Amino acid sequence: MNIVVCVKQVPDTESPRKLKSDDNTLDRAAADGVINELDEYAIEEALLLKEAHGGEVTVLTMGPDKATDSIRKALAMGADKAVHLVDDALAGSDALGTSYAIQQVLGRTGFDLVILGAESTDARTGMLAAMLAERLGVPQLSLANKVEIDGSSITVQRITDYGYDKVEASLPAVVSVVEKINEPRYPSFKGIMAAKKKPVEKLGVADAGIDADKVGLAGAATEVVDFADAPPREKGQIVTDEGDGGAKIAEFLASKKFV
Amino acid sequence: MIDFTLSEEHRELRGSVERFAREVVAPVIGDLYERGEFPYEIVAQMGKMGLFGLPFPEEYGGMGGDYFALCLALEELARVDSSVAITLEAGVSLGAMPIYRFGSPEQRRRWLPALCSGERLAAFGLTEPGGGSDVPGGMRTTARLEDGHWVINGSKSFITNSGTDITAFTTVTALTGEKEISTILVPNGTPGFTVGRKYSKVGWSASDTRELSLHDVRVPEENLVGERGRGYAQFLRILDEGRIAIAALSVGLAQGCVDECLRYVREREAFGRAIGEYQAIQFKVADMEVRAHTARLAYYAAAARMLAGEPFKKEAAIAKLVASNAAMDNARDATQIFGGYGFMNEYAVGRFYRDAKILEVGEGTSEVQRMLIARSLGLSSH
Repeated sequence: MNIVVCVKQVPDTESPRKLKSDDNTLDRAAADGVINELDEYAIEEALLLKEAHGGEVTVLTMGPDKATDSIRKALAMGADKAVHLVDDALAGSDALGTSYAIQQVLGRTGFDLVILGAESTDARTGMLAAMLAERLGVPQLSLANKVEIDGSSITVQRITDYGYDKVEASLPAVVSVVEKINEPRYPSFKGIMAAKKKPVEKLGVADAGIDADKVGLAGAATEVVDFADAPPREKGQIVTDEGDGGAKIAEFLASKKFV
Repeated sequence: MIDFTLSEEHRELRGSVERFAREVVAPVIGDLYERGEFPYEIVAQMGKMGLFGLPFPEEYGGMGGDYFALCLALEELARVDSSVAITLEAGVSLGAMPIYRFGSPEQRRRWLPALCSGERLAAFGLTEPGGGSDVPGGMRTTARLEDGHWVINGSKSFITNSGTDITAFTTVTALTGEKEISTILVPNGTPGFTVGRKYSKVGWSASDTRELSLHDVRVPEENLVGERGRGYAQFLRILDEGRIAIAALSVGLAQGCVDECLRYVREREAFGRAIGEYQAIQFKVADMEVRAHTARLAYYAAAARMLAGEPFKKEAAIAKLVASNAAMDNARDATQIFGGYGFMNEYAVGRFYRDAKILEVGEGTSEVQRMLIARSLGLSSH
């Protein structure tokens, strides 16, 4: 089975993140890059599926040069090879442009299954899986917390507000995963050493047959028109219980429209 | 060449263990420590990550790394907790290493894969009630050959990892003749081999440390590890390496104190300001960082010599001495900065304080390190 995991490098949520004032895009140089958290679960699920059914796991990343760190980590976890789509023309792409670019690369690599995290911690649109499935003309199984494959059919548990739906489709397909699906492994030293020898194919826009007008900031269908810093978190309110603590807490919750 | 820049692989390993310690060890270790419970689940996960196989070749289930990789892992673990770190240190450096270095091909094949995967642990039984580094003078345990079997009698003290549910064996050092020391592998469960209760310790409370007694214990002759009569030379080598590992662990604890204080002094207010804005606190934290940093350089230097195949006994002793001092001093300063909270077990610095003292004692006391350093300078006492 040919499994492709889409991995995005995002600014570490532990470090301060900001947008650039000149073009309202994320300042990726300002923060340490890490693998988008949900994508780690996607990598783990791909590795588990490979261990159960055989095949090959390819990491597909679109991002600047420094995304190499994230690719190497995914390879150290156990993925077999990687494709790194890297080109200045891609900077500022929105979900529409990104899904188009990834579709073009998937046309080259082929796939039985595309797995990715349900959303990224930076843009948080959560749209990529759906757009990708639509562009590829294959079923989308979203928000999976369990994946089972039997021959050419795939079944997932899709989490919902009330529990889960059981969704079935035939391969090839696109699956987006949530964090309840597994426990991502930590790379071993052997994995780290082996990762150095695994193939990483670097592709530019032209190599992948991508129309440069459809990607990047200029090709984006959406635009960030303005942004502001989040207001600093207000200090909490301490309620001293003088026999009326319960009532005061209820009052507070009511004032915030929680009750 | 002067270069302590880490290779990419070492850096990534350090990052991987740092994250593991933060995400897996930190949330649960306080409770385990308080209850004196061995961290079986953490050990199993460390096994899956390959930490127990770090310095061993892949043919035995190892990771194909080097001893320095082990040291980096120990440092990162000890930044969060020393019970877990010492379990790894003893498992690799004292448990598996003697078999890898001195064992027969058969012993290596039989034991190393399970030890490298962390599924089993092994212990090194050197120290006795009468002494540790004072060998052979202080050694009382004896082994004699009888019908193709070693018959062993004696007792061992403070033996790490010797009594867990997953302990496979202890390599016991014993007198096999007049001033002749040999090491013999004694599997757990061998009749006459009694693993005592866990000690009640000041620190390292989640690690397994026990007293062992051997009463007419019989094991096959081929359980001899390495050559007969080479036991002394063997454990000198094991202890020299182990000192670098303990130094790395000490640096981890010293750095952990800095980590905890940096968080705390920004949040804690006194007299209207965060205490981190007072120079008295800043200087204390600066001194702590200096100690951790210089101790790290000392163990890097010792490890570099060891990996280059150069003599490293003096450098290992210096690293161990400097690093255990740094750990002790930083633990004292960190608990002072934390004030009353530093005296509470629920804060990591309180744990660090309790864990620091043994670093000046185990793997050779600070006095023994000074003795080794003086000897290496050509000073002799007789």
